[in-house]
Order: sequence, then structure tokens, then C-alpha cells
Amino acid sequence: MTEPQVSAQDTVQRIDRGEAFLDVRDLKVHFPTDDGVVKSVDGISFKLERGRTLGIVGESGSGKSVTSLSIMGLHKPGVARISGEIFLDGQDLISSSREEVRRLRGKRMAMIFQDPLSAMHPFYTVGHQIVEAYRVHNDVSKQVARKHAIEMLDRVGIPQPDKRVDAYPHQFSGGMRQRAMIAMALSCDPDLLIADEPTTALDVTVQAQILDLIRDLQREFNSAVIIITHDLGVVAELADEIQVMYAGRAIEYSSAEDIFDRPQHPYTWGLLGSMPRIDRERSERLIPIKGAPPSLINVPQGCAFNPRCNYAHLNGGASETERPELLDIGGGHLVACHLSPQERTKAWETDIKPKL
Amino acid sequence: MFAYLVRRVIGAVVLLFIVTAVTFSIFFLVPKLGGASADDLASRYVGKSAGQEQIHETAVKLGFTDPLYVQYGRFVKGLFVGQEYNYGPATEHCPAPCFGYSFLTQQPVWPDLVDRLPVTASLAAGAAFIWLVTGVGTGIVSALRRGSVLDRSLMSVALAGVSLPIFFTGLLSLSIFSYGLGWTAQGGTNPMDASNPAWWAYDLILPWVTLAFLYAAAYARLTRAGMLETMNEDFVRTARAKGLTERAVVMKHGLRSALTPILTIFGLDLGLLLGGAILTETTFSLPGLGQYAVIALRANDLPKVLGVTLIAAFFIVLANLIVDLLYAVVDPRVRIS
Amino acid sequence: MTTANTESTGVPGVIEPKIGEELLSVEGLVKHFPIRKGLLQRQTGAVQAVDGLTFNVTRGETLSLVGESGCGKTTTGRLLTRLLEPTSGRIVFEGKDISHLSEGKMRPLRRDVQMIFQDPYGSLNPRHTVGKIVGAPYKLQNVKTEQGTKKAVQELLELVGLSPEHYNRYPHEFSGGQRQRIGIARTLALRPKLIVADEPVSALDVSIQAQVVNLLEDLQSEFDLTYVMIAHDLSVVRHVSDRVAVMYLGKIVELADRVSLYEKPMHPYTVALLSAVPIPDTKRKAKQDRIRLQGDVPSPINPPPACRFHTRCWKAQEICKTIEPPLVELAPGHRSACHFPENATPEQEATAQAAAKEDPATSKQNPAG
Ligand SMILES: Nc1ncnc2c1ncn2[C@@H]1O[C@H](COP(=O)(O)OP(=O)(O)O)[C@@H](O)[C@H]1O
Ligand SMILES: Nc1ncnc2c1ncn2[C@@H]1O[C@H](COP(=O)(O)OP(=O)(O)O)[C@@H](O)[C@H]1O
Ligand code: SF4
Ligand code: SF4
Ligand SMILES: [Mg+2]
Ligand SMILES: [Mg+2]
Repeated sequence: MTEPQVSAQDTVQRIDRGEAFLDVRDLKVHFPTDDGVVKSVDGISFKLERGRTLGIVGESGSGKSVTSLSIMGLHKPGVARISGEIFLDGQDLISSSREEVRRLRGKRMAMIFQDPLSAMHPFYTVGHQIVEAYRVHNDVSKQVARKHAIEMLDRVGIPQPDKRVDAYPHQFSGGMRQRAMIAMALSCDPDLLIADEPTTALDVTVQAQILDLIRDLQREFNSAVIIITHDLGVVAELADEIQVMYAGRAIEYSSAEDIFDRPQHPYTWGLLGSMPRIDRERSERLIPIKGAPPSLINVPQGCAFNPRCNYAHLNGGASETERPELLDIGGGHLVACHLSPQERTKAWETDIKPKL
Repeated sequence: MFAYLVRRVIGAVVLLFIVTAVTFSIFFLVPKLGGASADDLASRYVGKSAGQEQIHETAVKLGFTDPLYVQYGRFVKGLFVGQEYNYGPATEHCPAPCFGYSFLTQQPVWPDLVDRLPVTASLAAGAAFIWLVTGVGTGIVSALRRGSVLDRSLMSVALAGVSLPIFFTGLLSLSIFSYGLGWTAQGGTNPMDASNPAWWAYDLILPWVTLAFLYAAAYARLTRAGMLETMNEDFVRTARAKGLTERAVVMKHGLRSALTPILTIFGLDLGLLLGGAILTETTFSLPGLGQYAVIALRANDLPKVLGVTLIAAFFIVLANLIVDLLYAVVDPRVRIS
Repeated sequence: MTTANTESTGVPGVIEPKIGEELLSVEGLVKHFPIRKGLLQRQTGAVQAVDGLTFNVTRGETLSLVGESGCGKTTTGRLLTRLLEPTSGRIVFEGKDISHLSEGKMRPLRRDVQMIFQDPYGSLNPRHTVGKIVGAPYKLQNVKTEQGTKKAVQELLELVGLSPEHYNRYPHEFSGGQRQRIGIARTLALRPKLIVADEPVSALDVSIQAQVVNLLEDLQSEFDLTYVMIAHDLSVVRHVSDRVAVMYLGKIVELADRVSLYEKPMHPYTVALLSAVPIPDTKRKAKQDRIRLQGDVPSPINPPPACRFHTRCWKAQEICKTIEPPLVELAPGHRSACHFPENATPEQEATAQAAAKEDPATSKQNPAG
């Protein structure tokens, strides 16, 4: 995609309609169910430019996939209640018609999924599925599309792409399938690529290959990338910025360096403390977060993390009653926690940092 | 793939043999267990008035006194090369495929079967066409509009279709459309005698619709369930993520997977129907295999019953074989392992 | 707590075995799954899932098996617990050869050897209450408990961090971590000596994973348990293990104590595995000295000859394709199966190469090509 001509008038309009290439504002996705309303995503905002990578981390059920599916417009109509704004290059996807969003899908924004075996249709060849993706948005003959598919397969490192193009997904290994999924997602040269747990189902050695591939392709295509994962190691490999999610909300957002070197939220501390680290001295004991993530139907009052937080008592009851807003504590580091800067620094320096 | 094909074909042949053996044993063993002797069976051919001596002689000549496996061997031989029947006064050659002679009419069974098969086949093919189109179509619409008023009304109709017996829907439709409104044939005619396709269809339309209603209802429910499942599959989500139109997503990605299991059931149903749609044929007095079987059963005419049963078994096995092969065509995971 | 416990520990005259003694030993363990093909379903080959493992497990330790999926870890676990019968080789548990024991003869041993599974949900019967699930082993083994099964089960539930009130609940009412705790409680009912845990925390979120890892460690020290831990997450493995066996395509390629394995890995495959682990630290991103393996693990139906890793190894030489490197001890307690070990002194390299020449068995078994 070539950058559209930016005239002075355009710029003004763009600021008005979303500044960044991808600008998500106060996105809420609620699912009414028999048991109550599941607030899967409850007000998150972030921006992302082309050429940058945002990592979204959080435990399962924290709303990562639901967020990405709403950007792609993949929630079923009538099932989800979606509010907020999602600007993709200035166009609000939420107020756009379904047909308009469909035209953008695959062309300007694409997605790869966790399990490449179930994400590909078992009855069609890999080539056919890439050709299909290419031809929805490009008026070309089957031959041209097939050539393009072979090129894409070659580009993502599949050996003998001219032969493998006619193979079925089940004839590929897990890593090869994920490469083919990436080839399919990138076939129309999208500006935004969302990778939802792209390596969770893969072995470490293959995971490393796929992460390298995503990084290389992003440099080449200069697209914006959102990488969703529960593995802090994976985001550290790829992400420029990281958003940590808990119970449907972002609780910390900052540059990747800050998240790992100066994390500010007790939940982020908890995640880091729970992970055994291969790059540090072996600790005698892991420091788990107590309890379990809350139900998204009955999110705890105040800070959703308060029943599991070791510092909730330091805030004079605010943690239990008032929901902390995601605020900038300086240098674009956003944190949603009532702890005062002094207490936060003290806890980090004395309790947390020495034990990581 | 070739091995798969050959294995399936061999399997089908073996299965057919087993089916003939079991059916044969049942039909000839059951009367025996019920106390009927070889002579009783033979008396069905020569008539009760004949002397005990003559009956026994016939029984021996017809082989009813032989052990069951010998009789079975002869029967199978008859199927392939024909058989000589010696019943006293004369010897009759029964050409292959020989299904034996009717107890009642003393006519060979095979020509009867050949006579009646087209009626049954017409009934089955027409009904199958109707129920596939309407059933699968209804299922898709219901699945896509899940929970809507349309879905709920269609599914209520389908539930009725599955639970109402043929003779009820059949008689009801006869009384309305045929006797009442006079739109359709009243049954009892042989559609194969019709002079042109229009009359053929005119004779069959009511039985088609009645039979199709039952099956369409079941297929609608199956298709709906299958579609609901596949439309939640990851690959359907991928298809949407590519930006395919909803139509392409449903028809190309959803339906193709949802229909595969229906293929199996369709094969079985069709195979079974080719053996005679007993209730429908009886209700509409259609001279097909089903009606033939009912008449034969009432008359205790074992060779006829055996003949229909074997034809039915043959079609079921054949349909299964075709389904297996179709599976390999549809699903590359079967074809290329 | 239960009579099961007092029975196994308090029998007069029986001297309690000491920690550090050999509990389980495995020699030349092989499991091939036959592949049948063609018209007659004749056996045309075999999945060489496990192909000649030799190791032992000492009382009280945690030995981990790591490797990429399909390398035979689960199969090994199922062989050790005799849920599978080995094709060949010997499994000796407490001095008794259990390799080919019948189901009936195995039964008393099932008390001593238990297995924890990866999928906490799939291994719990959804229609049984937690009480019934955890109490099942008592019933199966006809064990009487001092104050009744219910009390014993409730104590077990408390032990694994669940509430005794959970007794009458069903598995679907629990989260993944809690289900794994239920599985662990069931495993502990009969006070086993050896627990084979197949990916016990892989399906859990990090915060929950840490809880379960800690629980397993606490239980180990409380009841002198011995663990064979199957995992693919090398960070978790380093945390929990005393010794680690690295598997590749059905074989152990390196076996060492934790510290030397992680600090001085000798087998190139181990080096590559460690190098592929994503590190939650952005400073590592700049480093470019990482080793990236190419391609995927070859099929265990037709594994590469000699050194099975040679198709992906960056150090592979001609000899690697013709002579299988034996698993030799290069440093105390550190075995590696490679002609050209990493992090090795010249003497160790010489040992490795000499061992390959001296080992006619392996070179005969694996003729060139
Ligand atoms: N269609 C739906 N109906 C009801 N609840 C849903 C639906 N989709 C997702 N959820 C709920 O939303 C929450 C967040 O899900 P998800 O975004 O998939 O989490 P993750 O962070 O693991 O990707 C979960 O609790 C899930 O159960
Ligand atoms: N019952 C079985 N029949 C045939 N092959 C099997 C069977 N069980 C496992 N395998 C094969 O054996 C190999 C090792 O499997 P497994 O022990 O499950 O590996 P891991 O646990 O290390 O992922 C794999 O290639 C697997 O496909
Ligand atoms: S707001 Fe309170 S409960 Fe929430 S993270 Fe901060 S200290 Fe903990
Ligand atoms: S023996 Fe050769 S191929 Fe095998 S690991 Fe060592 S160097 Fe690599
Ligand atoms: Mg998810
Ligand atoms: Mg396994």
C-alpha cells in the first residue's frame, strides 16, 4: 500500500478522526448471556503507527482475542455489544457498514490465529486458500494469483513453493502451516497485521523461526503489527510497546523496555514473578499471584485486581471502591493503580526487583 | 488411495456375502425353527392336495432336505449362473440371476423385481431430489438466522415432519390434494406406464412430496446442526478474516464441511429406499418393491421376501461404497494420508 | 492420615529406603508403534516413538524429560507407568522388573507409580463429583482409610489447596488450575513413591502455573516424592528439576544435572533449544548470536540414520551421518550423544570421538546410509 497523499486539509481531518494509523478509543465489547453481561473488553484505548509493533499480554480470558476480533469486525452481529471507536487510517470501523469493513479485511488489515491446523480449511489446498484471499481484493486471473501465492510461500520460507502450493494443510507441519497462514495474511500487503497467539501451539525452535519471520516481514512491509500472547518472552522479542490486560481492561501500557525494566503495576509484577526465568539465577521459589482471575460477569468493585493484590490495603480503601484510571506517570508510561509514586517505587525496589 | 479404493470394494463384496448368508439363513431357518419341515416348504410348490410321498420327493429334489450351507451354496450359484429346478413333473431352468420361484405363483422372482424396481427408483430419486434441496436449504437458512422467528417456525415444521408417520401425512395429502382438489393422481396407477414424463411426474408428485417431507425434515435438522457447528470453526473465521463475502464464507467454507457427514446419511437413506419405500408405496398403492414385499410377507412367500431383502441389501452396500469413495473425493485427508 | 500411608511407612522390620537410592532404572527402552498399510493391513513400518532409552531415577529427585513435541516424552511416561508395554528393554522399579508385568500383577504397583496428565479437564470424569474422583483410587485398590474415605479425601483436598467443601462439586465448576489440583489430589491418595507428571502446568496461565509448580515442590518435600516431569518449557524445567534428559526423535541426546545442562550444554540440540527460549528482557533482542534451527523435526517413522539430529545440526560432519554417537559421560553426571560436543574441553572432545569408535554395537546397528 502506498501512503495516500496527505494534503493540509486531510491532516486536519485526520486529527479529528483519529491521529494514529490505528487509533482505538474506549472500546467496549460486552456479550449479553443468560448468566449476565460478560464484559470481555471494558474500555480500552491505544494507538499504533505503521512500522511499529504493539504487544498485548494478559492471562487467558483477559479480553485479548475479543479486542482483536473487534478491530477485524469479526464479531457476529447481534451477539456482541460493541461501543467506542476504532480508526483505521482515519476511518471509523465501528460506524462503518459491514460491507465496508469486509472490504478492508484481508486487504488493509489481516490476522493470523493460534492453531494453524484448524484455521485452514482441510478440504482446500494451501495454494487455493491463498489465491482466494488474493483474488477477493485483486481483480486478477487465477494464474496470476497462483504465481503470487507461490511467491508468498517462497517469501515466508516454505521450501519448493511451486510444489507445496498444491499441498493440503494436513500435509504441512505445524510450523509450515503457520508460515502458510502468514503468507495468506500478507498476500494483499495489509497495513495492519494482527497475530493472535501465533506461536502458542508451536515448539520453541519453530516459535523462534516464526517470530523471526514476523519481525523480518514487518521490516519489509512496514506494516503495523499487533502481537497477542500470554508469554512475556514472546512480546519481548517483538514488541515496541506493550499493553498488559487484566479482566478486560488495560492496566499498564508503555514501551517494552519500561515494562521489563521498570514495571509499575502490581499485576505486571505478579506476572514477572510467576515466570521462572532462564536468564537469571534460579530462584528457590516462584512468586505466584494468589487466587484466580475474576469472572467477567462479576468483575470486582474498584480495581479488578484487588482481591489478588498484595498492595490493595495501602490505598485507604480506594482499591476496593474506585476503579483506577489508566494515567500517564511520565514518559508515556501508563498505569491504572492507586498506589502513590513513593509506595510504588518502594515496593518495586524492595519487594519485587530483588526477587526477579 | 488405490489401496483404499480396492479395500472398500472388497469390503463391500464381503459384506454383501455376509448379508446374503444371514438373510438366507434367517428365511430358511426361521420357518424350520417354527416347526415347518422340509416337506412343508415343498408343499408350497406342489400344493397341499398332493400326496405325502410326492411332496417328500419334491422336497428332496428341490434340495430342502439338504444341509443349510448346501442350500445356500446353490442359491448363490443361482444368483451368478442360474439354476435347474426339478420339481417332479418337469425341470425348469431359472436363468441368472436366479432368486428362486415364488411359492405362490410359481413364477421366477427376478423378473418381478426388475419390473418393480423402476417404480421404486423413480419414487426414491424424485423424493431424494426434493428433500435434498428443501431440507438442506431450510437447514442453512435456519442456521444462519439462528434463534429468529423464521428459524423457530421452520424447525417446528421440521419437528412435525420427523414425528408424523407417512400414512398420516400421505392419507391427509391424498384426501386434500387428490380427492379434494383433484390436483394430483389418486394413486394405484403404475407411473412407468405413463406415456410421457409429465404423466409420470403427475402420478408420483404426491408420494414424492410425502416421502420427501419426512426426510427433508430430518435433513433440515441435521444440516442446521452441522452448519451451526462448522460456522463456529476456526477456518470459517479465517475465511471471514480474508474478507470473503458472507455468501462465499457460507457456501464455500461452511456448507462444504457441514454437508460431508450428511453425505453418509444420504447414501444410507437412498440405498434403503431403493429396497422399497414400504409405507409410501402402500399408502399410494404404487407397484414398487416395497408394496411387493408387503404382499409377499402377508402371503408368507419366502422367495419373494428374500429377493426384495437382497435387493435392498445390495443397494445399501452399493450406496455405502459410493459414499466412501465420494468421501475420498471430498476430503483430501482421506485421499492423501 | 490414611492407613495407606501408615501401611507403606510403618510396617515393622522394613527399613525405610533412603533418598539418593535408585528407585527406577530403565535400560534400552524401546517402543515402536506399528504402521499398517495396504490391502491386507500388513505392517509396513513403525513409528519409532521411543528408541533405546537408558537412564535411572533416584529416590527423591526430579528428573525432567524435555524435547520438541513428538520426540517421545509422553510415550516414555506411559511406559514408565506401564500404561504401555515396551517393545523391548527393561524397566526396573524398586529392584523389580516390571517391563512386561500383566495388568493384574501391575495393580499393586499402581499405588506406587502414578501419573498426572496435561489436560486437567480431559482426565477428570465430568459426571463424577470431586469427592468421587479423588476417592476413586481407594476404591480401586480396596484401601481402608482410618476415618472413612470422605475424611481422607477432604484432607487431600486441603493438602492441594482446595477447600474440603468442594467435595460434592463437579469438575466443570473449577478453573484450569483448580482442576489440575484435583488431579494432583487424586494422584496423591495412595501415597505413591513415583509420580510421572506429563506437562502438568503447560495448559495453565503463568500465575496459576507458578502456584501449581510450588505445590508440586511442597508435596515433594513433604512426602519424599520422586518426580519424572515431562515438559517442553525449558524455563519451568530448569526451575523444577534436579536432572534433565533432553530427547530428540525417541532418543536421549543429553542427560545432565540441572546446573551443568543449563550452564554448559554439550549437545548442539540442547544449545539450540536453550537459545530459542524467548527471554522476557528487551535487552536480549539486540543480541544476534542466537542459533536458529532450520526446518522441523523429521518423522519418527523414518528417522535420519546415525545421529538423528544431523539434518538440522549446524556442526554436522560426514561421520554424523554414518556413525551414531553413543551417549557417553563427558563430565561427572553429564552424558551427551554427539561427536562434536559444545562447551567441551579438548579431552572431552577426544572422549566423545573415542567412544564412537569403541562402540561397535551402535555402528553395527546403524550401518552407513
Ligand atoms: N461470544 C462470546 N459470548 C460470551 N462470552 C464471550 C464470547 N467471546 C468471548 N467471551 C468471553 O470473553 C472473555 C475474553 O475472551 P478472550 O478475548 O478470548 O480472552 P483471551 O485474552 O484469552 O484472548 C472470556 O471470558 C470469554 O469467555
Ligand atoms: N498410540 C500411538 N500409535 C501410533 N503412534 C503413536 C502413538 N502414540 C504416540 N505415537 C507417535 O509417537 C511419537 C511420540 O509421541 P509422544 O510420546 O506423544 O511425543 P511427545 O509427548 O514428546 O510429544 C509421535 O510421532 C506420535 O505420533
Ligand atoms: S489499585 Fe490497588 S488493588 Fe489495584 S493494583 Fe493498585 S494497589 Fe493493587
Ligand atoms: S553428532 Fe554431529 S550431527 Fe549429531 S549433534 Fe553432534 S555434531 Fe550434530
Ligand atoms: Mg485468546
Ligand atoms: Mg506429549
